[in-house]
Amino acid sequence: MNQTTDAALTAAEAHNREFLVFSLGEEEYAVDILKVQEIRGYENVTRIANAPDFIKGVTNLRGVIVPIVDLRIKFHLDKVEYGGQTVVIVVNVEDRVVGIVVDGVSDVMTLSPDQIKPAPEFGVTLSSDFLSGLGSLEDRMLVIVDIDKLLTSDEMELVERVAE
Amino acid sequence: MDITDFYDTFFEEAEELLADMERYLLELDVDEPDIEQLNAIFRAAHSIKGGAGTFGFEALQRTTHLFENLLDHTRKGELTLRRDIVDTFLETKDMLNDQLDAYRNGGEPDQEAFERICQTLQRLALEEIGRDLDDTGRAASPAPDQASAPRIEPPAASTDAGSAEPESGGQRIVTLLGVAEKDRQLLIEELGQLGDVVTHRGDEARYEVVLSSAVGNDDIEAVMCFIIEADQLQITAAEGTETVQSPAPPPSAPQDSAASSVPAAKSAADAKPSKAKSKAKSKSAGETSSIRVSVDKVDQVINLVGELIITQSMLDQTVSEMEGVADSALLNGMSLLQRNARDLQESVMSIRMIPMEFVFSRFPRVVRETAGKLGKEIELVTEGESTELDKSLTERIIDPLTHLVRNSLDHGIEMPDDREAVGKPRTGRLTLSAQHQGGNILIEVIDDGAGLNRDRLLSKARENGLNVSDSMTDDEVWQLIFAPGFSTAKEVTDVSGRGVGMDVVKRNIQGMGGHVEIMSRSGEGTRIRIVLPLTLAILDGMSIKVGDEMFILPLSAVLESLQPAKEDIYAMAGDDVVLKVRDEYLPVVAVHEALDVPNAKTRLTETIAVIVQGEGRRYALLVDDLVGQQQVVVKNLETNYRKVPGVSAATILGDGSVALILDIAGLHRLNRAKKEARRPERTNHSLEALTDKELETSS
Repeated sequence: MNQTTDAALTAAEAHNREFLVFSLGEEEYAVDILKVQEIRGYENVTRIANAPDFIKGVTNLRGVIVPIVDLRIKFHLDKVEYGGQTVVIVVNVEDRVVGIVVDGVSDVMTLSPDQIKPAPEFGVTLSSDFLSGLGSLEDRMLVIVDIDKLLTSDEMELVERVAE
Repeated sequence: MDITDFYDTFFEEAEELLADMERYLLELDVDEPDIEQLNAIFRAAHSIKGGAGTFGFEALQRTTHLFENLLDHTRKGELTLRRDIVDTFLETKDMLNDQLDAYRNGGEPDQEAFERICQTLQRLALEEIGRDLDDTGRAASPAPDQASAPRIEPPAASTDAGSAEPESGGQRIVTLLGVAEKDRQLLIEELGQLGDVVTHRGDEARYEVVLSSAVGNDDIEAVMCFIIEADQLQITAAEGTETVQSPAPPPSAPQDSAASSVPAAKSAADAKPSKAKSKAKSKSAGETSSIRVSVDKVDQVINLVGELIITQSMLDQTVSEMEGVADSALLNGMSLLQRNARDLQESVMSIRMIPMEFVFSRFPRVVRETAGKLGKEIELVTEGESTELDKSLTERIIDPLTHLVRNSLDHGIEMPDDREAVGKPRTGRLTLSAQHQGGNILIEVIDDGAGLNRDRLLSKARENGLNVSDSMTDDEVWQLIFAPGFSTAKEVTDVSGRGVGMDVVKRNIQGMGGHVEIMSRSGEGTRIRIVLPLTLAILDGMSIKVGDEMFILPLSAVLESLQPAKEDIYAMAGDDVVLKVRDEYLPVVAVHEALDVPNAKTRLTETIAVIVQGEGRRYALLVDDLVGQQQVVVKNLETNYRKVPGVSAATILGDGSVALILDIAGLHRLNRAKKEARRPERTNHSLEALTDKELETSS
């Protein structure tokens, strides 16, 4: 009896996923923790000319040149400030390393599949293509970002498409 | 341990052996073949056969076996070489390459091609020496060989036949020194393929296998050396009576297997007299002088040294900023560290450098074949084979260079009769040369052909709808041949019809950070010069400051710098500006405009003009300040980001921040694109920055 509950538990746990929760303004977002390489402060970014404004530039991450994207600018947030609390989440997507600037990182959450609701058709700023769903956690709502899709999308202009 | 672990080693070695084989075949003088060269070709085929047998590559083994026997006859003077025979040999070598590739990709070679080449070789043997190759393979026991020896054998080979190894065919003790258990199992299996393993015993330090086999000692060595080192192996004749008694059974075994055409036993069947252990020795002496290391490992070391250099310059900066440092020990230590770090960097970089011979060595073949097809007589001259170039670049230069050579042979050098008519020697001359110049390598393809035809190029360009005028300089006209889809060939030949176009050649070379120059004189020939940086990993740079931002210019592009005087600045057609430098008018490219740098000096007379060269043109680059010269480690921007216009790469400065390395020609293009975009609403000539949107729509 005990064994079966254990097995059922682990099976359910296997489907649970862990997310890193970060904030952009008042909103809470989440990314799959397995995509996150590290979290560091915002510093020493070299501007890239003629790039979109949300691409802040590139920085040196232990000898590797990494582009830095400010999601707050990308998502048209009103207040974009750089301070001691400004955090860069370094993520790995499709063999690339990219840093994303966010207002803060709060915690790591485990969500079970039934806590993740499908994302409704969204507005213009953030296409629902880039969302894996909405996480509901008591009275909080987490926007779960499909970071792979978002960062490799054409509109992020991070990846060069082969000319057809 | 699995035997497949050794596949890569075998493939690499076989590839080198084939390359050697080709070189020797091409060098071979058909009338008076050098016995040493024939031996070398034979040995290459033999070694590949041994390996192929070990790994069970049957087609490869079978082909090399026939080839080897044929070569053996050639070596002994029974087969008289002719040009077409050498061609067949070369064809066989190509086939071996194909087979090797097939195996390397985990497949089986093309069966049809394999049978065809075997038939070709067999036929050649029957026609020329009236013998079946398999026959000789089987009957090549010492006796018939010696019988045939007095007939035609050249003196050099007589020692071979004379040394009809007494121990061959008898029992031998193969001693393995310091070989681990699992390797031993593998080796014993291998030995089992060569003959009968009578007994085996011992421990890791010393393990003895008594083998009864007709195979020569160096065959055993060749097989074993894929798994263990030569010094771990000793082969001695078994003491006592076995040597005399055993010959009867062993030879019969290989004979049977050969007759039933089991390819795996071919190496055993081939009991040709072992030629000279000295050869095996000289080979191993060559091996110790180099080691095989994966490029990844080398790159890792290079990266680490790059990091070390950055740390070193960071320390250097910190120390130089310390107030009143009087500690001479610290300063001495710092300068020592700097020197050592630089030396280390140079040595590490040189690991990646390989001589141009690697590239040039394939051209005798290309020239020979192309000339044959075109019916032209061409002599190939190579110069500067020892010039070294980064390995990644040598690999990438082969295709463009091959195309240029083919082009020169096809379009450049005239037919022998035409040459005679204009008083040139019938044999055309194609020169390939390489030399260092500053931080660059110059690779030239020079022909003494008819030269480029200006009028034909121009008319062809008009046909193609290109924008040309008669007042274009020769240089500009010559560059037309690199336009996409451009060909002045009257008809597409087999030679010029294939491969990449000249526009791809140019793009490839630009992709390597180089450019192509053409010099041509009607009736005298054409010289195509490829200018490439020596390495892509390190750059001598000049750091410049614009506004608050730091950029790096490749030092090789910088010619001089000066403060522009007001009277030397001329405005042209609105917002274009040129700067007069010693009777030359150079287009002005303001870095702050092209790259939207805020807070930069905008008055031309306050800035510094750096005269730079990019893609064969000169520009005056306006910057705020020159900071200094330094070596920088080139970091690719495209690894994690994308290509940025006007920027070729990035580097990390002493303080850990990133600086962009400017691409001069790219900057100029960027500047022009911005001006174009601004043109419709050009109300004033102020140097206003464009919004990104405007730039995008213009490009």
